[in-house]
Amino acid sequence: MANTTIYEEDVLIKEQGFNDHFHDHHHGDKYQTNFIFHYVFSMDHKIIARQFLITGMIWAIIGAAMSVVFRMQLGFPEESLAWIKPFLGKWIEIDPTTGMGKLVPEFYYALVTMHGTIIVFFVLTAGLSGTFSNLLIPLQLGARDMASPFLNMLSYWFFFLAGIIMFYSLFLSTGPFSGGWVAYPPLSALPQASSGSGTGMTLWIMSLTFFVVSVLLGGINYITTVLNLRTKGMTLWRMPLTIWAFFVTAILGLLSFPVLASGFFMLIFDRSLGTSFFLSEIFIEGQALDRVGGSPILFQHLFWFLGHPEVYIIILPAMGLVSEVMSVHARKPIFGYRAMVYSIMAIGFLSFIVWAHHMFMSGVNPFLSNFFVVFTLIIAVPSAVKVFNWITTLYGGNLRLNTPMLFAIGFVSMFISGGLTGIFLGNSAIDIQLHDTYFVVAHFHIVMGVAAMFGMFAGIYHWYPKMYGRFMNETLGKIHFWGTIISAYAIFWPMHYIGMAGVPRRYFSFESFDAFKHFADLNKFITIFAIISFALQLVFVINFFYSIWYGKKMKTKNPWGANSLEWTTPIEPIHGNWPGNLPVVHRWPYDYSKDEREFIPQHIPLKEGEIGDH
Amino acid sequence: MNNTMTNKRNLIDAQKFALYAAMASISMMFAAFLSAYIVKQASGNWLEFSLPSTFYLSTVLVLLISAVLHKTKSFINTLESGLYKSGIVVALVLSILFIISQYTSWNTLVDRGVDLKGNVSGSFLYLITGIHVLDVIGGVVALIISAVYAFIFPIHTHPEKGQKFDLVVNYWHFVDVLWIVLFLFLMFYK
Repeated sequence: MANTTIYEEDVLIKEQGFNDHFHDHHHGDKYQTNFIFHYVFSMDHKIIARQFLITGMIWAIIGAAMSVVFRMQLGFPEESLAWIKPFLGKWIEIDPTTGMGKLVPEFYYALVTMHGTIIVFFVLTAGLSGTFSNLLIPLQLGARDMASPFLNMLSYWFFFLAGIIMFYSLFLSTGPFSGGWVAYPPLSALPQASSGSGTGMTLWIMSLTFFVVSVLLGGINYITTVLNLRTKGMTLWRMPLTIWAFFVTAILGLLSFPVLASGFFMLIFDRSLGTSFFLSEIFIEGQALDRVGGSPILFQHLFWFLGHPEVYIIILPAMGLVSEVMSVHARKPIFGYRAMVYSIMAIGFLSFIVWAHHMFMSGVNPFLSNFFVVFTLIIAVPSAVKVFNWITTLYGGNLRLNTPMLFAIGFVSMFISGGLTGIFLGNSAIDIQLHDTYFVVAHFHIVMGVAAMFGMFAGIYHWYPKMYGRFMNETLGKIHFWGTIISAYAIFWPMHYIGMAGVPRRYFSFESFDAFKHFADLNKFITIFAIISFALQLVFVINFFYSIWYGKKMKTKNPWGANSLEWTTPIEPIHGNWPGNLPVVHRWPYDYSKDEREFIPQHIPLKEGEIGDH
Repeated sequence: MNNTMTNKRNLIDAQKFALYAAMASISMMFAAFLSAYIVKQASGNWLEFSLPSTFYLSTVLVLLISAVLHKTKSFINTLESGLYKSGIVVALVLSILFIISQYTSWNTLVDRGVDLKGNVSGSFLYLITGIHVLDVIGGVVALIISAVYAFIFPIHTHPEKGQKFDLVVNYWHFVDVLWIVLFLFLMFYK
């Protein structure tokens, strides 16, 4: 039965597909002839996607390893860290009398800063949106490649350059930047402010400037491809939700990252050219600086004008991936397709007018805060619509509880628990108690850290066969899922309690504070689970690389029985994606369990009286 | 380079659309500068100064560049190679004059005691006009490339050239309008 269906589909594309004469002229393949241009400076979107993914994974391991180091300091301040001296060198200070090794406080701040920068930008922006936008936009839209494969290649290499510079900064004798991932002045504006504020900050800002270039090049490409290169019949309302999510994400990036670039330009002027955009009334070692007239709050506005849309740049692609994975593995149409699309748009729009909720306690006018409180609470509405639709998609579905599906469900669980605490924090009055405490740390880690990672894992496990022609190991996948979800809750749930008790974030040690000392056991508990969670991610990494070569082979084109176009391409990927004609689309991508058929792919023509749109 | 770009079924030209997206992005950057300017100005300690008269000259220059390029574009269709080449060269000369004019304006301001490191209002002016000049330099590079193409290849051999040149012209219109907006802004929000 399955075989005949596949045969029919092939014939369909061959006979009724759209001929764009792609394979008539072979210049499309010419640049892929040697190793360097096939694998390194590739312009094929599928290779670029894998480049983003693997680079992102390397950064994720570095970023997560950093969190393990500073969690050990927080959880086991009385234990010796001398054993990691071979890795961290002078950043571990050994007490000559006791032989006790301690993390140098400056380096603790550098680790926290780098952990944030790396995970937010390199892993969850480039690694997530870079990977899946590149992989899925052309494949799911029925395009041969991106609008500009060359810009696409540049986008990856700018990201790579940004990564190299940031990586280099880790080895500076003065250490990498240590003023927090938000890089507020004056710590970021004055090279003499701290040891990381000199060369460390110079490299940080260089790296992130290149990163902005990478995001913009990628974003321009994604938007152009979605609007211009859809195959015949692929109307906007027939696009899978993944594409909608990547599309809105790219728009957000295109409009918000330039604002960060503006802030960076001003910061560079302040650092190097002696201006005072962000500096005023500063004393260093008892001496007043002659830099007056600026305002550090101005930088915060510019930063968070990017910073808040950035949160959605991270979470929207994860939402898109989850919607698709969930519908496929629940064997049910996604509930409320149009509502999902409008929610994505509403979230995208609202994300631009809530930024000052990060600044309630920075001295912004409380009347102004009211405005931001209201919009912050309103953004919960489209988010709740999405959650409702995911749950109703699951309801009554013929669920396949495989690893991608588990991660998709895990995403919803995380998004609910992390989203609810956002409603607390969005209120400027409650924020007086909660700001800068572990409550905030717990909130954003669950809602955009763990949830986004879960969305990414769902995507990786689901589209792995498309990327490598093999499956990842299911048992290891399940161990990875259950271990991670349990550890993630064990790490971040207790943090809410210590946050409500007022324990501040970013502190190196709580030993000298009577009010916070008694949370030592809870901190130990959190650290133990952080270590377990890190070990479980290594299981994933091993599974990932092992399966590239030894995973179970993909034998049919469409192993999940999915409707979207990427599963009509050959198992062995080719340049130009489809060997002959492009598929023509007749229906939306969520015709599951309809007319007594388990699934009806998008390129199957409509029967008489059938409606293609929903 | 790639044939996905020239997919005939597209209603909008993909390259042109990508350029518009890039313009939106650049506009956001300047919007950020201008809103930071307004916010900072409202918080006081703001030095008021009159703009150097060479800024008016710059404004005339950008209007000329746009007009010249607009006319030059039509010479591709009529295959008037000589006029096409000279149009590009004239635009190139005008754009370099624009950069010189901006540089002169900065010197005038420094002579009047408004320097980069002084009051933030001065810093903003240098920042905004400076980043704009960077955009202009990008346009100059594009014009140089267009000139090289125009002088090397005969005008009728490259039907795609018209499309590419159209992108250059569009970018220049954008940079020119951007300058006029910035100039009016700096004039009225002293």
